[in-house]
Amino acid sequence: MDTKTRVGTVVGAILILLWCLLPIAWIVSLSLKPVEETATGSPQFLPKSMTWDNYSTVLQEADFQRAIINSFGISLIATVLSVIIATLCAYAIARLEFKGKRAVLSIALAIAMFPVVSLVGPLFDQWRVLGLYNTWPGLIIPYMSFTLPLAIWTLSAFFREIPWEMEQAAQVDGATSWQAFRKVIVPLAAPGVFTAAILTFFFAWNDFVFGISLTSTTAARPVPAQLAFFVGPDQFNPPTSTLSAAAVMVTVPIIIIVLLFQRKIVAGLTSGAVKG
Amino acid sequence: MAAIEMKNIVKQYGDGFPAVNDVSIDVGDGELMILVGPSGCGKSTLLRMIVGLEDITSGEMVIGGDVVNDKAPRDRNLAMVFQNYALYPHLTVYENIAFPLRLAKTHSEQEIDTKVREASATLELDEHLERKPGNLSGGQRQRVAMGRAIVRDAKAFLFDEPLSNLDAKLRGQMRTEIARMQRRLGVTTVYVTHDQTEAMTLGDRVAVMKKGNLEQLATPRELYEQPVNLFVAGFIGSPPMNFLPANIKGNQVELPFLSLDLAPEVAEKVQGKGLLIAGIRPEYFEDAALVDDAKRAKGKVFSATVDVSEWLGNEQYAYIPFEAPPEVREQLEQLERDLDGETLRTQLVVSLDAASRVRDGEEAELFIEPSRMHLFDPATGENLTLRR
Repeated sequence: MDTKTRVGTVVGAILILLWCLLPIAWIVSLSLKPVEETATGSPQFLPKSMTWDNYSTVLQEADFQRAIINSFGISLIATVLSVIIATLCAYAIARLEFKGKRAVLSIALAIAMFPVVSLVGPLFDQWRVLGLYNTWPGLIIPYMSFTLPLAIWTLSAFFREIPWEMEQAAQVDGATSWQAFRKVIVPLAAPGVFTAAILTFFFAWNDFVFGISLTSTTAARPVPAQLAFFVGPDQFNPPTSTLSAAAVMVTVPIIIIVLLFQRKIVAGLTSGAVKG
Repeated sequence: MAAIEMKNIVKQYGDGFPAVNDVSIDVGDGELMILVGPSGCGKSTLLRMIVGLEDITSGEMVIGGDVVNDKAPRDRNLAMVFQNYALYPHLTVYENIAFPLRLAKTHSEQEIDTKVREASATLELDEHLERKPGNLSGGQRQRVAMGRAIVRDAKAFLFDEPLSNLDAKLRGQMRTEIARMQRRLGVTTVYVTHDQTEAMTLGDRVAVMKKGNLEQLATPRELYEQPVNLFVAGFIGSPPMNFLPANIKGNQVELPFLSLDLAPEVAEKVQGKGLLIAGIRPEYFEDAALVDDAKRAKGKVFSATVDVSEWLGNEQYAYIPFEAPPEVREQLEQLERDLDGETLRTQLVVSLDAASRVRDGEEAELFIEPSRMHLFDPATGENLTLRR
């Protein structure tokens, strides 16, 4: 690489980073400004006087605490269930020849492409009748149905990469089908399982439409929806800085997860290579 | 350790295509049986039916006196080495070898350790025990796969083309290693290969298969000297047996370059058959100049023009093209297709002593003993000169 290319690369990277990170920096900076400063309008980027008050206000808010618990609970349960079901399902799709296999895969893809908003109305009615409205399962179920297709597609691609001999070798070595699956296939597909899990978690964690439409109280309302109900002490002045603090706190878990599993995700997204 | 009896085994796929058709083979206790044939002959399918990875359509599979048709692979207690080794990439070499023992759940940690170390010592894998299969060379992976097989007391070993992914030199070494190990452990072994050299050198007995049918089951020597039909004759031996058009005229047979006298009992058998196919192995020819007089009396000398010769150091091959009548040509082309090959031209290949002075484009004096020639029926491929 000559100097010109290197300089170009660095400049390009900085531009992209600015483009991506500026909104986040703006939110962080807002969250550190005192309420009065944002209420009076403060055009400057950096806060005049920095304060952590917004964070403590948000954390002390009972509704926000509930919402955080809701979000974590719902997302985790949806992720775990979705990954387990998707793993078993993808395994069957990758290994078995059955009628309608293509149909299953294409319908799954169609579901993933379905606009979320168009389902909100019918779901609202159904959930009220079934008593699922404003409950955890009421949100877990739609999250799962929207993330399962993607998880199944990702995982079945992984399973297909694993030579069938692996499993046959395990069976000859004395394993039951279940042992072969658990001890050989799942460890080999681990990057795929991680990828699927993280994609599912992101979807559930970031969702707003279902969260605001299918809940009415903090009994099940997740954080993104809860933020919309954040009024603050003065209803004529939106609590911008407090909201920003909450937004930052919602973003942090995602960033931590991404950093933790970064290598696994990359491995998962770029290849399904399992070499024997 | 146990004998394996296959009784009228049939494997039919959904479309009715018989991959294995009524095959019966008895593998004796401690015997090394080779299943050999060109690709698609059903040899691997048969092996997978022994181990239980394929269902048996009909027939009986008996291992150690028990009918195992409906037993799952794990209940048959057989060890198998796969063509691509099928090592578990997420486990170390040690854990790969220990895998079957851990599954059995009847061994203590100490027993497992002893057995694994014993197997690794046998296969010289000691320094690689903590490595992952991904970091090993082909030969080392192959040994790990064998380690996984020998570590438990399996009733039989099954090998599915275990050497086909190795380079030529390593293949030769591992072939000897497998033979040595099998003799020492004395375990019943079924070994699948498409390579006739492996089949001939390793096997106590060899089963030659073609399109799902068992063509001949015999010792390597018998296959070489007494092939029952054209297919076996063409498959066994390298370079392959020469097939020449043979016209029967009374007690004589006319070949492209010479006529030979037939032994009375053969002459009687082939009388009136008209056009046959004669099979003569390249190594049955000799340079007439190097044959002593006593021997010369037993055979016949003829001359032919050598087109190309290849000198290999220990021997040399000479190629002599000839014209074959269409019906023989057609039969030979069919045979080549069965053997996964292609007919380029009809030519006689002779394997001569390295000291022979035969040169390209020159007339050569060659010697042949007529008693070593086979005659095949072109319609059925049957060998008409079998000595029983």
